[in-house]
Amino acid sequence: MLRLTRGARVVLGAIVGVVLVFMYVPLLLVIVNSFNAARIPSWPIEEFSFRWWVAAFENEALWTAVGNSVIVGLGAMLIALLLGTLAAFALQRFDFFGKQTVNLLIVLPIALPGVVTGVAFSNTYNNVLEPAGIQLGYFGMIVAHATFCIVMVFNNVFARLRRMNPSMQEASADLGASLWQTFRLVTFPQFRTAFVAGALLAFALSFDEVVVTIFTAPAGVDTLPLWIFNQMSRPNEATQVNVIATVLILLSFIPVYVSQRLSRAEEDER
Amino acid sequence: MVDTAATPYAVELRGVTKRFGDTTAVAELDLGVKPGEFFSMLGPSGSGKTTVLRMIAGFEEATTGTILLDGDDVTRAAPFDRAVNTVFQDYALFPHMTIAQNVAYGLKVRKTPKAETQQRVAAALEQVRLAHVADRLPHQLSGGQRQRIALARALILRPRVLLLDEPLGALDKQLREQMQIELKQIQRDVGITFVFVTHDQEEALTLSDRIAVFNQGRVEQVGTPREVYEFPQTSFVAGFLGISNFIAPEVAERLTGESRAITVRPERVRVVPAEVSPAAHETSVVGTIAELVYTGPATRYIVEGEHGLRIIAERHNDHAPTDTAPWSRGDRVRAVWATEHAAVVP
Repeated sequence: MLRLTRGARVVLGAIVGVVLVFMYVPLLLVIVNSFNAARIPSWPIEEFSFRWWVAAFENEALWTAVGNSVIVGLGAMLIALLLGTLAAFALQRFDFFGKQTVNLLIVLPIALPGVVTGVAFSNTYNNVLEPAGIQLGYFGMIVAHATFCIVMVFNNVFARLRRMNPSMQEASADLGASLWQTFRLVTFPQFRTAFVAGALLAFALSFDEVVVTIFTAPAGVDTLPLWIFNQMSRPNEATQVNVIATVLILLSFIPVYVSQRLSRAEEDER
Repeated sequence: MVDTAATPYAVELRGVTKRFGDTTAVAELDLGVKPGEFFSMLGPSGSGKTTVLRMIAGFEEATTGTILLDGDDVTRAAPFDRAVNTVFQDYALFPHMTIAQNVAYGLKVRKTPKAETQQRVAAALEQVRLAHVADRLPHQLSGGQRQRIALARALILRPRVLLLDEPLGALDKQLREQMQIELKQIQRDVGITFVFVTHDQEEALTLSDRIAVFNQGRVEQVGTPREVYEFPQTSFVAGFLGISNFIAPEVAERLTGESRAITVRPERVRVVPAEVSPAAHETSVVGTIAELVYTGPATRYIVEGEHGLRIIAERHNDHAPTDTAPWSRGDRVRAVWATEHAAVVP
């Protein structure tokens, strides 16, 4: 173990404290403000109330936006899980011409600015597919999200497969298991945590996406980030944003908790 | 069609070649393993022995040639369609399953009834004396225990042939020697044919009924431990199994009159004073002691002598423990052996 002097411990502790304050004080402000009765949030708070919570829960446009975000997130996640896992297996298990190029092309979308992805898809949908009579609409938005969600699943699964002992698969076949049995009983359980982690990240990435959504959402369809974005410019309803932000802060504990549980379960197996 | 008429072998390879790209790992190999025998494939790394094992298991496909199991052509059969099981060098236990689940795996994928599975798993664990670790995970076991679980997992399926790929390679020396005895006992108990891959000549000699010595994708010699040790048919076999004094034909001619390469084992060579003349049935080389090596049970003398020969002689330390070696470095001596004790290398 690394031993630190008393002075160093105090300094480092103070730095950690300052960082945590900067990270979490704004979040606390959001939560407190969600109970601010004032129409235009101001400081200090003069009256607390649940009126914006009630307003938010009765706001149908908000619920529709949440629904859209969940559907798009799940859709993009499913596409990413399927294609990302298959790609990871292909690139991990086989050697073929252009392997490095394929690898690069799969990972590139995560580095691409959202604006570029957005413009590219928007142009393709509006200028190529639509004149040809193909209307993707909602599904088009999901596909655009999936392009960068795939990377999350691919990277996680690929890294795990690389660490996996190849003789494990051989042992399974040797003991009489068919290819499917080997996958189900031996291979999948060993990359399951990477698979779930990839899924969580993919969903979170899609749920959070603003730029690509602006370009690809069909007319009149709002996802949650778009709805929040729009409310900010309409001060009358801005307070409801604090409510939904508070809910999201609480919900985000779930994936963090799950991923920590997963990595702990993993350590136990090693 | 290959003639698969009654073969006396549990495993038979006919003209098997395996190429990886431009390299030939195994060349035109013919080999037969008899039922119930402990058969070792011995050779340095890269000699093709593991490739042969993997072809018998079905992990690699032979480029040409035929592989028969009990007379059935399995050359192109998938691993899960062959009545052979493998013990892997790294054991390849499934880390997310308990020991009992690992051992039960082969029965589970065959949809064996639960009661029978439980009873056979218990028996298999009992056989390797590890019934008490049934509920643990592989990483909680020691190397020797994992090794025995890998064995139990393969034997529970009662294969016709058990393939072992350097199964003791990862164990330390003491544990390895203990496991060798255990392995031999288990093999005798179950009566299954064992095909054992190793690069450790001592291990091969200790365990095997017969040994095939591999070198560069070919089998140099097949025989009982005594045959390959005492009567090596090639200079490679003589050099790979134990220490050997190899004497090239030209030099051998001057010593014995016959122009054929000979090898003689250090334990058959005596060191006597240079003045002592050898008997009629003996061959000898005069030289000086260049090195003395004390190895515990024996002392090794390296004699540098005529014709540029370096002869290694080994003397069993059966004298009083306080006695030191009768010779020291630089002494003029004669290395002597009975002429008939040297093996002629064809």
